Amino acid sequence: MSAASEPIAPAGPPLPTRPGLRAPIAASAAPSRRRGWREPSLLPGFAPAMAFTLLYLSLLVLLPLAALAARPWEHGWQGLWTTLASPRVLAALRLSFGLSFVAAGLNVVMGLVVAWALARYDFPGKRLADAAVDLPFALPTAVAGIALAAIYAPNGWVGALLAPAGIKVAYTPLGVLIALIAVGLPFIVRGVQPVLKDFDAEVEEAALTLGAGPLRRTWQLVLPALTPSLITGFSLAFARAVGEYGSVIFIAGNMPMRSEIAPLLIVIELEQFNYAGAASIGLVMLLLSFAVLITINLVQLAAARRGRR
Amino acid sequence: MIESPKPTSRRGLLAALVGGAVGAPLLSSQVRAQARKPVRLLNVSYDPTRELYKDIDAAYADYWRNRTGQVVTVEQSHGGSGAQARAVIDGLPADVVTLALAYDIDSISDRAHLLPSNWQSRLPQNSTPYLSTIVFLVRKGNPWKIRAWSDLVRPGIATVVPNPKTSGGARWAYLAAWASAVKAPGGNEAAARAYVRDFYRHVPVLDSGARGSTVTFAQRGIGDVLVCWENEAHLALAEFGADKFEIVTPPISILAEPPVALVDKVVDRKGTRVVAQGYLNFLYSPLAQDLIGKHFYRPRDPAAAAKYAAQFPKIPLVTIDETFGGWRKAQAAHFADGGVFDQIYKPA
Repeated sequence: MSAASEPIAPAGPPLPTRPGLRAPIAASAAPSRRRGWREPSLLPGFAPAMAFTLLYLSLLVLLPLAALAARPWEHGWQGLWTTLASPRVLAALRLSFGLSFVAAGLNVVMGLVVAWALARYDFPGKRLADAAVDLPFALPTAVAGIALAAIYAPNGWVGALLAPAGIKVAYTPLGVLIALIAVGLPFIVRGVQPVLKDFDAEVEEAALTLGAGPLRRTWQLVLPALTPSLITGFSLAFARAVGEYGSVIFIAGNMPMRSEIAPLLIVIELEQFNYAGAASIGLVMLLLSFAVLITINLVQLAAARRGRR
Repeated sequence: MIESPKPTSRRGLLAALVGGAVGAPLLSSQVRAQARKPVRLLNVSYDPTRELYKDIDAAYADYWRNRTGQVVTVEQSHGGSGAQARAVIDGLPADVVTLALAYDIDSISDRAHLLPSNWQSRLPQNSTPYLSTIVFLVRKGNPWKIRAWSDLVRPGIATVVPNPKTSGGARWAYLAAWASAVKAPGGNEAAARAYVRDFYRHVPVLDSGARGSTVTFAQRGIGDVLVCWENEAHLALAEFGADKFEIVTPPISILAEPPVALVDKVVDRKGTRVVAQGYLNFLYSPLAQDLIGKHFYRPRDPAAAAKYAAQFPKIPLVTIDETFGGWRKAQAAHFADGGVFDQIYKPA
């Protein structure tokens, strides 16, 4: 499926549309078509485009990752295992992946609401709100982290309100979660918003005339159309959260076994000149993230197939 | 050099260079070759020295221009001591390193061979032109009556201190805590182990550097006591107001020796050896020693030490060499992976 086919997607049975941001899946082309080196197309330029893609990906992604994968073996399997089996590393991995999953999940719900408000309604200051969604992208993550810590510390604006209730945010895992939600939000909103905008109002109006209530219209018409973009947004927000460092360390408290994220542990290993240890944790994070992304893509594929039927 | 400075001034220069220094054989031809063109030095330092070196760099630029007519600009890089050492190992072209503890410079020597392993004997007084120690900063009026190390493990007390894995100051703080337990009546290693475990149980936030912990304590209002560098405590008073905090000097602490060193391979490549060596020697001069005292580091120079004696309470200070057998041993036993510090956080 090429990106160009999106805008002219017919409004009939909700076809799975792809948002602009897309997860790296390639296998969703029409299943009957044979896969080979060359996509049959009238458009020229296959060879240079392909060569450039390979070079670009190699220099930016594949080579650095290969260097990472080559590093942990300095102390053999034993060294790798000792690093990874330590309770502290396991706790950090659990925290990073667990909270990233929760943050991405919450963002799917909250981001959908935000995107809905931005796409469906007009209100004063809408453009401002729209621009604000992208701020977590533009801000240096450290700035975001410091700002969040200042607000959510027990003497900050929000933290001071929560403190009497005994709720501590900054310097606890809850603080980590908030930072991860903040950095992940744009992925969902920006993924869902265009799809929502393009969603044909006539379909909903037709459903209305056929007597479908608002819940049913949302559930059976709008949500299925949004599912692919929500899944993509989820996976991007998740991937970003797993690797997030700058904004988290300022609000996390960084206590071993409790609020220490895996990327911080990598930095700590590096500062002890333990390059192999740092690479071990990095490699495991890479493999775990990869597994999660593949799973998400399989889910997406299954959803797309069901939508097509 | 064509417009050579007056002979007297060159003799003055040589006296200044050789006077404070032990090594660094100086040939006047070297001086001649390097003198006139403007030069940039990079001083890679640790976290809380920003303010100190800002003043020293300006003073040195004046001093050097007056002596040689050469314009020198010293650039600074600051960060956690371990991270800075790693940056130099990975290629940051530091002419001089001024780090929080000797082990970090040892690492540069061991891993990247940028300077000889006997670097610490090349400048006077263990290559440490200034000293410091670890003190407590508490909130005004000392509401929890925190006076000694044992007060930090009372129920309900929250202590802010950075992570010794990433911060040099935090390592000194850890060692001071350990030493206080060893030197207490009836103290021994088992007691010290139990004490530091208790100590870190009371820490709600482990920042990665000294400055981060100061911000957490002073601006975010976390914790009842900040365990920090003496100079950082004074700086916090100056920065955030003496009406908010006060310094408590514990009855015993550690003699922190932040060393300085020339990075031979870098200065030889850049041709900055003479200027860089002059910079390190300058740190021992009365002028720099006075700035050192002014910024709440303990000066080596007796005159400066006497001038600032009032701000440095005299307390027993244990040394790393006597109590811990040197940095390499302390590092391996306490801070390496699986060391005592890691065991603190092992789930029982």
